[in-house]
Formats: sequence, structure tokens, C-alpha cells
Amino acid sequence: MQVIRLASETDFAGWRAAARRLRRAGTPPEAVVWMVTPDEVLMDDGPLPAVPTSTGGHFAVPRDFLELAETVVCHRSPERFARLYRLLWRMASEPNLMKIVTDPEVAGLTDMAKAVSRASHKMKAFVRFRKLEGETPETYAAWFEPPHRVLERTAPFFIERFANMRFSILTPDATLLWDTRAARFGPGARASDAPADDVLEDFWRTYYASTFNPARLKVAAMTREMPRAYWRNLPEASLIPDLIASASARTAQMVEQAATQPSARARKAAAKLSRDGSFDDVPRDLEEVVAGVQICRRCDLWRDATQGVPGEGAVRAALMFVGEQPGDQEDLAGKPFVGPAGVLFNQALEKAGVPRERTYVTNAVKHFKHEPRGKRRIHQTPTAGEVRACRWWLDAERRLVRPRVIVALGATAALAVFGKPMPVAASRGQALPLPDQVQGMVTYHPSYLLRVPDEATKAQAWKAFVADLGMAWKLAG
Amino acid sequence: MSSPDLRQKLSILADAAKYDASCASSGTSRRGSLDGKGVGSTSPGSGICHAYAPDGRCISLLKILLTNFCIYDCAYCINRVSSNVPRARFKVQEVVDLTLGFYKRNYIEGLFLSSGIIRDADYTMEAIVRVARTLRLDHDFRGYIHLKLIPEASPELVAEAGLYADRVSINIELPRDESLAKLAPEKDSRTIKKAMGSVRLAIENRSEKGRKARAPKFAPAGQSTQLIVGADAASDADILDRSVGLYGSYGLKRVYYSGFSPIPDGSSRLPQAKPPLMREHRLYQADWLLRVYGFERNEIALEDGMLDLDVDPKLAAALRSRGDYPVDVNTADRERLLRVPGLGVRGVDRLIGVRRFKRLTLEDVKRACGALAKARPFIVADGWSPGGLTDSAKLAALLPRDRPRQLELF
Repeated sequence: MQVIRLASETDFAGWRAAARRLRRAGTPPEAVVWMVTPDEVLMDDGPLPAVPTSTGGHFAVPRDFLELAETVVCHRSPERFARLYRLLWRMASEPNLMKIVTDPEVAGLTDMAKAVSRASHKMKAFVRFRKLEGETPETYAAWFEPPHRVLERTAPFFIERFANMRFSILTPDATLLWDTRAARFGPGARASDAPADDVLEDFWRTYYASTFNPARLKVAAMTREMPRAYWRNLPEASLIPDLIASASARTAQMVEQAATQPSARARKAAAKLSRDGSFDDVPRDLEEVVAGVQICRRCDLWRDATQGVPGEGAVRAALMFVGEQPGDQEDLAGKPFVGPAGVLFNQALEKAGVPRERTYVTNAVKHFKHEPRGKRRIHQTPTAGEVRACRWWLDAERRLVRPRVIVALGATAALAVFGKPMPVAASRGQALPLPDQVQGMVTYHPSYLLRVPDEATKAQAWKAFVADLGMAWKLAG
Repeated sequence: MSSPDLRQKLSILADAAKYDASCASSGTSRRGSLDGKGVGSTSPGSGICHAYAPDGRCISLLKILLTNFCIYDCAYCINRVSSNVPRARFKVQEVVDLTLGFYKRNYIEGLFLSSGIIRDADYTMEAIVRVARTLRLDHDFRGYIHLKLIPEASPELVAEAGLYADRVSINIELPRDESLAKLAPEKDSRTIKKAMGSVRLAIENRSEKGRKARAPKFAPAGQSTQLIVGADAASDADILDRSVGLYGSYGLKRVYYSGFSPIPDGSSRLPQAKPPLMREHRLYQADWLLRVYGFERNEIALEDGMLDLDVDPKLAAALRSRGDYPVDVNTADRERLLRVPGLGVRGVDRLIGVRRFKRLTLEDVKRACGALAKARPFIVADGWSPGGLTDSAKLAALLPRDRPRQLELF
């Protein structure tokens, strides 16, 4: 029988060195007794010693095992060292053992590691500092009783968070002292070593009581996450019994109490009219179009869109472009042709020598029609009915801007501009008469160019598109 | 009325803020104070709940209003102008001192600041921003800050808020625009949506400029919103449609659902009844399926537009399409496994890891996923086939039920 003496309850380095030696020597788990030698617990001089370098005869263990072992060592179970060694022993003949998380021993140790991680997490949550009065710089101390020995593994969290504050955390097992530059670990302490009170605790209790909603009492949900074992060190916990006891009476009172009369000041403020989405007057200028599109409910597309996107550009432009509808980016920005298709459109305009700011750019439909797909929204082509409903705005823009040439980008725009379906490829590249001596044209929608899969067709369409834009500019000029 | 002291103010303004369900402190950029002058750190993963109230809710942030004076008259709101609740207003410095004092004692992860609308949107937004600016610039506070945005506030103020805040939110509150117009006459869903849209653009613009690897500087924990459940006639279908739209349109991190709860001095226009906690719970579950499990909206099973209160939405979906089951845990892909009732994301990932090395038995499923009762009729495993169980008419009755929620005695 081999007796291994470890230097402390959390002596991972010692366990690791011994376990390595034992497995190399072929010592089976049944033949080992693990003990912690209490009178050799030396924690006065900073963190535990570094892992001693091995003296050869390596065998590999997966990283997950080391992480598991380092965590499990902090568990209070007296079995922890033996159980870890048993797993290490089995791994010699079962190299994939750590991957089989459903193995009873792997699962058991994983549960222990989880309990340690949870204790560490709860320590981050439930440590309550009290200020030491009269100390400069500010100094804080906390008394805390963690279910497992997690002070050291949790210390970096507190140091990172309160780096510029002097503080100590006292536990029955060990203490941490941070002086804004270095950490020191010391032996366990007693509750009476920490301050007994803090002026802010009354404020904290006030907050705790006020943020609780008595109409939603769910005690089990609270105790699941804030187990009673922690309560004695939580200043707010003393309120819990009364808050629970009075909850149903407080709720009943809110439910039964008749509504009071609002004050005169309130009634005056409430008399304001609610906003009305109807809009029947013919817009007299482009500003009224901008405002009107925002509140338009001529079809249902406003419901899922962010905003109506009116046209934009020179008030008396000779050339007007009409696209299909705003896309994802246009819907957010409230401006036409700013997304990927807009970028391509701008490039084509530049290539054709057309200054966009001297034209007027708008869409056949002013709200973004789309369908949610996962975490995105997918463009949907507007129906003929929606195009018809929205012609109210397009017609207003045509009447107010009075362009000499109108270019319909794509089939939906052609339908809106010409009032009938037009085949894009067959109609493009030529001037088509519109009423009131306006020349119409049809060309591709820039997003069509983005979608063409084959490069040759794409290059050809791009060339035609640029040529059409140039021709339109010339017609308008 | 004599002016309340600081503790009374805290009581009034915490009470006024508690109907906002959000208290998250997760998902932001990683920070510490080792290279700073003040206090504060954030964890990139999950946040920390420093306490739980007897309502089971996490207390992570100091969640308060700057003031509960408000010129709006939203019928569901405790702070509406027509309510006769006591009013108070914090000074900027008081909020800063409380936040730092609580933070240094490890009571909180940071501040969640909202406000009633006083004078006008910009005046209110400016006061909120001033608190955050003081914390960040004067005190080098590196903890978590969640700021409520006032949709009508000017873009410059919103941009500054995004600079200091980890998360920003605008509550849309009512799922149907018609109800909003009726119950919250001063609120306008179009303004809210526009503001959410510009937040999404700001977040995306900041994240594009060569800082892909790190969380964007503008509100790195993103934006969220809240919908009240049970104050109007909106069905679960209305609510989920609204959520799906919001997630897709504005990249929201979360939509919170808050069962309408009786409030002190409630409006006579709304039912003062116990909050629909189970309905709220089911909506969260359905939302989770949409966000985390990759369900499409049409996979959520609804009866007359409502989720089943008796069984969770994943089980309801499985009971509706039993032809897709049983699923073989040894061969099915991840997407199929995620659609098995009772199997969670982590459990499924564990099963996929283990099955590379051995054939999975029911026992393996139980250890990897914690429980088995719900999953059993829907899976095939080594040595287990549910036989006629999957198609049994009585299946729903055989499965474990969620316990009915009632007042829990202490």
C-alpha cells in the first residue's frame, strides 16, 4: 500500500507529480491512499509552487483531463484525489475515455467539476464587501463561506475587477489580500475578522425590496439560483421572509384598488390627439411626399417595414430613376439605393458620366417587402396590387419633379412607370413615349447584375446597363 | 409634498423601473481595471446575477429610473402621467455615487438606467447620457452599462449613448401597432422602428472598420426590447411575428416578454389581474427555439394563434408532426436531434461527441442530457425503440407535465 501525502487540500501540483510517478510505476488505484498532511499546510508565501518539471518517462493525457483534475481538486469530497487517479489509470488502456462523457466515472467527476465551477461562479456573485471606515485609500473586506475551496481560482476575477481598490476576502480555508499591486494568500479566517456592517447595506436592502414584484412570487426559482446556504452572508437575505409573507396581500390590494382620478395636469397632457395614419390630400411638394410616405397605409407593407423610403435628389431633375423597392439597408437608412445594389448603381452612373445628385432617384414601392428567414430578412417582390397602391406616391413625384426622362430599373419599376408589364431585355436601350412629352426607358435593375451567375452574361449586362444610363442622360440633357 | 431623501428616492425609482424584465449583463466586450484608474470588469460570456428576488428574477444591475415624472400616458405603465404614484428625481451625481458604491461592494454588475420623459426627448436623453459619461470619463468605470434610448432623441445623443453603453434598448411594449396607438398615444411604432434601425446601422458601421475581431465600440452587447404580454388582445402569433420581425430587421440580441402585472394605481382601462406567468414562460421557450435551435416561425405549433400552456413548444411541435419521429440518436444530424423534445443544445453536442466512439444507449442519452422522460418516445437508441409509443394517442398524457405555477409557499 502506497501512502501519498499532499501539502494542502488543493495541492494539484503535488497530486499531479505523485499520480504521474504512480502510473509510470504501474501502481493500481486500489494500492494508493491519498492524504493531506495538515501540519504542512504552508500558504503564507504566495501562491502554490509551480508544477515541478518531470524527470522523463512522459505519457500524454488530454488537456481536458488536466483541466478537469485541476478543478476537481478544489472539491470538498475526500475521495477526489483517488477518483482522479482511477480515471488517469483507466486512460492508459482507454485513450478516448475523456471523450466518452457518458461514462459513469467521467460523468461523476464532471459533475464534481461542475459543482466547483458553480461555487466559483456563485462566489463572484455573492461576495459582499464591507468598507473599513477611516482607511485611506479605500479598503474593503468580505467574509465568505464557499461550498468548495474556490478562493484561489476565483481570485483573478476580483483582482481584475477591483484592481485599484484595497480589499481582502476572508474564508474559513484561506484569505486573499490585494493591495492594488500584489496578491497575498494567507490561512483561513473567522467571520469576526471582517467588518460587521456597512452604511450602504441599508440602501442595498431598500433596492432589493423595491425591485421585487410581489405579483410574480416564484420562491423556488429564487432558491434554485440563490441557495439558502449562502443567505447568512447576504445582507439582503434577511428581508426575504417578510417579502414573501406580504406578497399576496400586496398583490390583492393592487388588483382590488379602484383606479384613482388622474390629476388635472395629467388630464390636460392626455388630451393630446393620437397620431393618425390616414392621408388623403394630394401632396403639393416633395416635403409632403416625404412626410406622407412615413404615415402611408395604402397597403399593408408599412407593418413590417421600418419606414417609408421616399425619393431623393434634385427637385427639378431632368432625369428620374425608378427602382423596385427599398432593401434591407435602405429600410434602415431611409434613403433609396444605399445598399449593395446602390453601390453598383453609383459605379454605373459614374462610368456613364451621370452625376447622381442632378437626378432624382426613387422606387416604385416605398416600403421594404420582406420575409424573415432565420436571423435575416429576405427580399420579396411586391405584388401588382402593392405597386398600384404605391403609384399614388410615384405619380406625385413625377408630377412635382417633372423630369424629361424616366428610367425604370427592372420589371417592377417598368410596371409602375408604364402601367403595364414590360419585358426588360426586349424593351431596353430605346426611348419609349410616356404621356406629357416625357420619354421613358427600361433597363436592368442593378441587383439583377449582382445576381447573374455567369461572368460573360454579367459583363454584357453591365455594358448594356451603363450604355442605357448614358443614353438616358443624353436624352434628358 | 416634502422632498424624499435618497433612500426614499431609491425606493420609488427602483419600484418604477422593475417592470422592465431585462437585467442581462452578458455578451459585451471583455474589460478589466488592471490598466485603468477606476473599478470594473466585464465577462465576455454570461453575466453574473448578484442576487435573486423572491420573484425568481435575477438582480444583476442597479435598475432604476432617473425620474418617474413622465409626460406620456401609456395605460400599462406605472409611471404614466395620469397615475398618482409618488414621484422622485435623482440628481446625476446621486446615480453615479450609488452605482459606484454598490459596485465596489460587489452588489451589482453595473447600471441599467432609464427615465420617464420630462420636458422633451432630448432633455431626457441628455440627462441619461450625462450619468454614463460621468461614470465612464470621470471615474473610469469599466462595469456594465445599459441605457434606455428615447426614440425621438437626436442622433448625436444616441451616438454618444452608444459610445458609453454596453447595451441600449428601446421598448416597443405592445406587439400590435393598433394597441400602441390606443394604449400609448404618445408612442409611435414608426419612430421606435426607425431608431432601432439606426442603432443597427451604427453597430454595423463601427464593427466594420477593421475591428472585425473585437466587439464593436457602439453598444458592444447590442440592443434589446420588451413586449408586454396580456395587456392587449395580441395573440402569441402576433407576439412571435413581431419578435421574428424585430430579430430579422434590427439584429436585436433579445426580445424580453413581460407578463402584464398589476401595478400600484393601475389604469381602469386594463385588467388588473395576476400576470400570465405560464404564457410568458412559453413565449420565452418559443423565442429560444427560434433564436438558438434554428426553428423557423412556421415550425412553432399554435392553436388559434396561441401556444399550448400545458406542454412546452418543442414537445407541442413534435406531437404535431409525429411522422418525423423517432429520431435515431446514433445517426441523426444535429438539426434533427435539436428537434427532439427534452434534448438541449449542450446535450445534443455531447451526444454527437460521444457517438464517434461508441453506440449510444438510453443510459448515455440520460447522462448527456440530464433527463430522459420527454425524449424517450421520440428517439431510437442502441437497445431501444419506442415502437408504437411515438404514435400512441395517449402520448401527451404519458409525458411529464410542467408543474402548474401557483403561489409558492415559503
